[in-house]
Amino acid sequence: MNFDDTPQEAEFRAEARAFLSANATLKADASPRDETEAEYIIRAKAWQKLKADNSWACINYPKEFGGRGATPMETIIWGQEEANYDVPVQPFAIGLGMCGPVMMMYASEEHKQARMPRMVEGVDIWCQLFSEPGAGSDLANLRTRCERDGDDWIINGQKIWTSGAHYCDWGILVTRSDPTVPKHKGLTFFFLDMKSPGIEIRPIRQISGDANFNEVYFSDVRIPDSQRLGEVGDGWKVSLTTLMNERLAVGTAAGADVPHLLDLARRMDIDGEPAINNPAVREKLARWHCERAGLRNTRYRVMSALSQGKTPGPENSITKVVSAAKLQDVSCFGIDLMDMGGVMLGRDGQELLDGKLFHGSFLGAPGMRIAGGTDEILRNIIAERVLGLPQDVRVDKGIPFNEVEQGSG
Amino acid sequence: MNFEFSDEQNLLREQAQRFLVEQSPLSAVRAVLDDPDTPFDADVWRGLVELGWTGVSIPEQYGGVGLGYLELCVLAEELGRSLAATPYASSVYLATEALLQFGSEAQKESWLPRLAAGEVVGTLALAEGRGRPRPETLQCRYAQGSLSGDKLPVPDGEVADLAIVVAVDGPGVSMYLTELTGAGVSRSAIPGIDPTRSQAQVSFSGAAAELLGKDGSGMTQLETLFNRAAVLYAFEQSGGAQAALEMARKYAMGRYAFGRSIASFQAIKHKLADMYIASTLAHSNCYYAAWALSTDAPELPLAAATARVSAIRAFHECSKENIQTHGGMGFTWEFDCQMYYRRAKALSVNLGSPASWEDRLVTALENDAALEA
Ligand SMILES: Cc1cc2nc3c(=O)[nH]c(=O)nc-3n(C[C@H](O)[C@H](O)[C@H](O)COP(=O)(O)OP(=O)(O)OC[C@H]3O[C@@H](n4cnc5c(N)ncnc54)[C@H](O)[C@@H]3O)c2cc1C
Repeated sequence: MNFDDTPQEAEFRAEARAFLSANATLKADASPRDETEAEYIIRAKAWQKLKADNSWACINYPKEFGGRGATPMETIIWGQEEANYDVPVQPFAIGLGMCGPVMMMYASEEHKQARMPRMVEGVDIWCQLFSEPGAGSDLANLRTRCERDGDDWIINGQKIWTSGAHYCDWGILVTRSDPTVPKHKGLTFFFLDMKSPGIEIRPIRQISGDANFNEVYFSDVRIPDSQRLGEVGDGWKVSLTTLMNERLAVGTAAGADVPHLLDLARRMDIDGEPAINNPAVREKLARWHCERAGLRNTRYRVMSALSQGKTPGPENSITKVVSAAKLQDVSCFGIDLMDMGGVMLGRDGQELLDGKLFHGSFLGAPGMRIAGGTDEILRNIIAERVLGLPQDVRVDKGIPFNEVEQGSG
Repeated sequence: MNFEFSDEQNLLREQAQRFLVEQSPLSAVRAVLDDPDTPFDADVWRGLVELGWTGVSIPEQYGGVGLGYLELCVLAEELGRSLAATPYASSVYLATEALLQFGSEAQKESWLPRLAAGEVVGTLALAEGRGRPRPETLQCRYAQGSLSGDKLPVPDGEVADLAIVVAVDGPGVSMYLTELTGAGVSRSAIPGIDPTRSQAQVSFSGAAAELLGKDGSGMTQLETLFNRAAVLYAFEQSGGAQAALEMARKYAMGRYAFGRSIASFQAIKHKLADMYIASTLAHSNCYYAAWALSTDAPELPLAAATARVSAIRAFHECSKENIQTHGGMGFTWEFDCQMYYRRAKALSVNLGSPASWEDRLVTALENDAALEA
């Protein structure tokens, strides 16, 4: 066993580092920023452009789409290295991670040529219009309609929780073309211009008070048939391609973690003793470290398999369930450690930094347990795909969509 | 990066699995459980000695096989999976390891070949009743070449020939080597939570003993020994956790209630998913600890404590929820669930309580100035 890069990997890592160190600041050396979302997006687009100019924009894509045809291992190495730098990548995660692959797989040559370079160069940002008020975990229950009209399709309905819709230029959309067949069979998939007439975007404020996701209303929105991805009625199959990519993309939840808690526990005191000396505090730190290290070591096992050209086992399926719950528990406990002062965001300096980190993580964690597959859905997946247990009983199986009972939620 | 066992190590694993499936099925473990007068399975012990397992970590110059710690980890995981009733852990992870780490040339020459050949079973005598042993609480004394005092529980103390004894000598604590078959030693089996891992009281009254390692360094040596043994215990626990999960999975698939397999009930599915999560975290942490142990990495204290704490948790979780998955059957003497439950508990305190290891883990974290990202 060893953790050394192969000579090729080492060379690749050095190349990545050279580009990053010449063009970005290490997170450790960066000072906190105070910027609006619009300013953040401008910075993100500039970073994406710079990467594209230097072939670092989407290295796992084929060369013809601006990538390098990088191996999974190289993609991981780039991700590790880029994560050390203070660079804005989040707005492009959904586009490059989920929309790009589905476009490359299903869009016409002409559309690929028109859309992909702009996505890769950061000119266009993409979003994913899947979830609806009545269709989240049970995505195939969606009811946004598409109806054929000459060379176009007319879309009516509502999407919800669309991250970034308010600043996005393009989106991928799954709709119902035939309500008279069972739910998975009557879906059709498109991509569309978010500036199309008839689209109305209403931001939704989340627990933290920020508004990163939206309701998106469609009233007689026209989409040319040439923007259909996959066959009519094959939308579920196309959605699955992106959902698979989503499970890969949604990694570890960022935010308050064991090192922050350890640091805080050294500074806080309990009855005149540093909190770190308290056995109850130690017990919790130990437990969360075991989870943190367990995820890191699981990732190493996956990387090792990839590095040797093997297919990784299913171990990585535990990542999001474990890390999202840990984020919630760690941030909750961090606030507890501050005792009565834990309610305060903090005035300035370290106090404010602590408050932002622990309050921010505490208020963000519930979303991590839901986005990209809820805790419960991910446990179903582990049970069914990894352990081979039977699927849930489906009371709507084989029943036409328009005859399935719908609740009031 | 290579974070996998090698092909040769995996061959060893297959060989180990074949041997254990044939020679130490659960019925053989149960035979030891059922008979209070049988401390361990002598046939399995003989078989694994013949395969050279007792000499895996011992260099060839001392009569061992001279493989390494990764191989030992592989065997520990398989032994843990099978629940084999042998004194392997006491003899190999504790006594042999203590001699390898702290023994003088003469001590190694005299004991390691016999340990490798399985002629001698070794153990560690540390605890003196309940509570966490500390220098201030130890009563067992060494003076002028001999030991006096009581040690209990001593794992495999009834069957071991050789013990590493932690005792006080004036102001300091040291490790001593003593033969348990000689004069001045009396011992008796004591009933324990896991009868397939026997425990004994060992009483010394003037038993001849010699210093192992440095005078007064007993506690630091213990620390070193525990960090190494913890990795191997963790592999046993991880193997046990996987086996308990597999047993639960099989039973759930075949058991029907309300007209369907209980494995289709979400409460059971999520329970098994949680068992898988705990066991995967432990397993991955064991891998890292195996790397640290086999390379003598400075990360060993943190890696070992992390593997141990997560493996304690995983085995406990999997063994108790395995019973729950079996319903009433799981609670019977006849069903094998109890053997995992008992073993999980025994292993969780054998090397010091979960809390003591959590404490060590955080100490290691505190010392680890540059926390890895
Ligand atoms: C921060 C954030 C960003 C998001 N971004 C996007 C986006 O960009 N695009 C997009 O399309 N969607 C997005 N989503 C939506 C997300 O995919 C859904 O919220 C998620 O799939 C859950 O669906 P739901 O909210 O309808 O909850 P429901 O599906 O109604 O779930 C409610 C509860 O029921 C449980 N439940 C449901 N089905 C089962 C089952 N079979 N077994 C057990 N329990 C079950 C769930 O686990 C949950 O606890 C985002 C969500 C969040 C929180």
